[in-house]
Amino acid sequence: MDFLSQIVNGLGIGSIYALVALGYSMVYGIVQLINFAHGDIIMVGAYVTYLILVVGGAPLWAAVVASILFCALAGVLIERLAYRRLLSQNAPRISLLITAIGVSIFLENLFQLLFTSSAKSMPNLFPGPPVSLGGLQVGRVTAITLVTSITLMLLLQLLVSRSKIGKAMRATSEDTGAAKLMGISTEMVVAFTFAVGSGLAAVGAVLYCGAYPLINPYMGNLLGLKAFVAAVLGGIGSIPGAMFGGFLIGVAESLTKAAGGSQITDAVVFGILILVLLCRPSGLFGSNVREKV
Amino acid sequence: MEMKNTDSRLSAAAPSGQKRWVSWLTNFLLVALLYGAFAVPIANKSINRYYSGILIMICINIILTVSLNLVSGFLGQLVLGHAGFMSVGAYTSALFAMNSGLPIGAAFPLGLVLGGLVAALFGLVIGVPALRLHGDYLAIITLGFGEIIRVLILATPFTGGARGLTVKTRISRQPSVYFTWAFFIAALTVFIVYAFIHSRHGRSVVAIREDEIAAEAAGVNTTYYKLLTFILSAFLAGVAGGLYANHVGALTPVKFDFNYSTELLVMVVLGGMASITGSIISASVLTVLPELLRDFSSYRMLVYSIILIIVMLFKPSGLMGEREFSMKKLIGFLRAAGAKRRKPGGGKGGA
Amino acid sequence: MSVLETKNLGIAFGGLQALDDVHFALDPGEIMGLIGPNGAGKTTVFNLLTSVYAPTEGEIKLGGRNIIGEKTYRITRNGIARTFQNIRLFKNMTVIENVKIAMNSQMHYSVLSGICRLPSSRREERKVSARAHELLKVFGLDSDAHGLAKNLPYGKQRKLEIARALASNPKVLLLDEPAAGMNPTETNELMQTIKLIRDRFGTAILLIEHDMNFVMGICERIVVLDYGKIIAEGNPEEVRSNPKVITAYLGGE
Repeated sequence: MDFLSQIVNGLGIGSIYALVALGYSMVYGIVQLINFAHGDIIMVGAYVTYLILVVGGAPLWAAVVASILFCALAGVLIERLAYRRLLSQNAPRISLLITAIGVSIFLENLFQLLFTSSAKSMPNLFPGPPVSLGGLQVGRVTAITLVTSITLMLLLQLLVSRSKIGKAMRATSEDTGAAKLMGISTEMVVAFTFAVGSGLAAVGAVLYCGAYPLINPYMGNLLGLKAFVAAVLGGIGSIPGAMFGGFLIGVAESLTKAAGGSQITDAVVFGILILVLLCRPSGLFGSNVREKV
Repeated sequence: MEMKNTDSRLSAAAPSGQKRWVSWLTNFLLVALLYGAFAVPIANKSINRYYSGILIMICINIILTVSLNLVSGFLGQLVLGHAGFMSVGAYTSALFAMNSGLPIGAAFPLGLVLGGLVAALFGLVIGVPALRLHGDYLAIITLGFGEIIRVLILATPFTGGARGLTVKTRISRQPSVYFTWAFFIAALTVFIVYAFIHSRHGRSVVAIREDEIAAEAAGVNTTYYKLLTFILSAFLAGVAGGLYANHVGALTPVKFDFNYSTELLVMVVLGGMASITGSIISASVLTVLPELLRDFSSYRMLVYSIILIIVMLFKPSGLMGEREFSMKKLIGFLRAAGAKRRKPGGGKGGA
Repeated sequence: MSVLETKNLGIAFGGLQALDDVHFALDPGEIMGLIGPNGAGKTTVFNLLTSVYAPTEGEIKLGGRNIIGEKTYRITRNGIARTFQNIRLFKNMTVIENVKIAMNSQMHYSVLSGICRLPSSRREERKVSARAHELLKVFGLDSDAHGLAKNLPYGKQRKLEIARALASNPKVLLLDEPAAGMNPTETNELMQTIKLIRDRFGTAILLIEHDMNFVMGICERIVVLDYGKIIAEGNPEEVRSNPKVITAYLGGE
């Protein structure tokens, strides 16, 4: 039974990784950019939630909504100010990567200046007794996390596969030039993608704070990196891949902790990343896009 | 002919016979002059310990920046774990100096070389898998390896772990002596990298950056050259690490983290990817600036990040781009400027 | 003995058989054309010959030796050089550097020699420089030697790519649409240059082209590809009048 609850916990934290990984995957699918700053959006979401909830005294739902909106806006702004110019110029990959790193460092240090680097404490977001799922006792936070994440992921999948904007996203991701010729405003699509990815990250932030209520300006680093590993594991650019990868990483982490190695969980995740990159860089669900010669 | 930069720096064709001696002599004199300009004031104490420390740090950062530029600017592969190689060299040379039993006069330089070699070994071990990847993935994996190195240092007992390592055996606490070591090793590094780039090997490396598939098709063993560059870069970073260890006297793994790798990256990017001169200038400026602006140290990383973004947006090749300083061009430029001034109509410079 | 020979060469990408039973033999000094409608697999043949892709079946023999599995740079050093459909020059390097890159394996001085500027390294560089200039002169590019490759006009860029390929002293030269985008005058000039290359260097040449005048005017033998299979082979007259070829290019009944 203990093993099963480890798995469930792993799925819980994994679903957060999955939510964040979706942002990485979607953005990469559309503009082939690894948005280094995406992890820091989580941090932004956490602080906004903190401000509205603790400083503002508003109810949780208001804080969540504000966080989602703020992060979505932040994502769009970042794309517009930092990335768009380079993307349209077809700048070399290295320039985009350096810019993304710059944005990440900027966010971290900005929030450090605003809030100091000492951790802020969030109240218990999801108070209440554990929930019973099929005979298994699951922590309330984990249950809420799982339900919320899975719902959102299903909604996203529906959005991408059934809606008009989803079709536009898929078209832009396949062939930006052709999409433009078909009358799709690729700029809007890109902005929308960043917004959705960042919004999901905001939800991930709130759920994360439910489980780990301490926030600091650098929390996005490790979390973002693990989510990135999840995205790569599942195949960057693939939405189901991001979900699957997230769950895998979460479970791996949970099992490693249970096996007594909480010091080395980070190293394990890094190790998975290196293994995946070396053995199967396209990930589990990704496609190997080779350069045409 | 206009003073446009129509010929690539690599094509600074090897001057023949006599001109070559002149060029060598000029360069040697310039270096000696530069050394004297700083060494003399340091020796007679007109420059105090604080400032000589900064000068030494400039030399160390020049080595780090130029070596990172080698792999990220000339080869075009973004490496995010450069501080990791530096830390390997730092710990290796410090531990060797303290435990070798040799007199410090021998242990120090040997330690530097050993530090470089161990760092190069790490470069080999990391490079073989990492260089199979490209662009973003390569950057991420080097970041991962850099972090793993840091964790390794934390975990191994003989490095002192998180508490750090005190470098008990140092070559000299005298600024003038240490500055001499640092300066000439930095000058040697610049020379090595410059000469490497201007050889057939450097040409192949730049070709790989330009178009790897075409380079391979032209007969260049791209795997070999990528690895070679990576290892050379790691070696130099290791030597810089050894210099650093002896300079500050105490090492902690936390110093060699992603932030430091990023600072080095900023130096390379700002100075100009694939410009050695640019790297020297930006390393100097970005070593001095934080000291001058000590009061604003909490804003430092913030400003760095903004600089990174702005440079990438408006001049992605960096301030110097790919241009190098050369006496020939300087003289030509001065001549042209002089000619322009003499002609009231202001024509373009002479032949 | 033919200098380059393939037997039963084929490659499948996933479920798609891109090339099937491709066979031809190129004699030393021969100029052969590889033609066919778009998508027939012509560049794929080049990619197989230079080991960019690995064939799923068949064999490739260079000078009688099977070269399948060798790395691209080895194949180049052993005698097959190529140009690319979309011109892949080293844009930010000078014209002469582009050529010198291909001569890298003909120089032997070590990294250390290079750094120390030993006399042997300078000697080799001088020799290579002289050869590179000679080669550029053949293509009329010598006056542009120290300009950046990206500043060359299109026609000269194509010529530079050929010069670079020749610089590695190949026994076989693979030219991928060398006349693309050229006007009739330039095309004629290119025809003369290619004949000159063959006459002076004895290189066998396999070229892909869509310009039929060019192909018919210069190729001694032609192989026609359609949907990955060879549908005709022979001298220009035979191929020109072959009904299968006409159908392939103009469509069916």
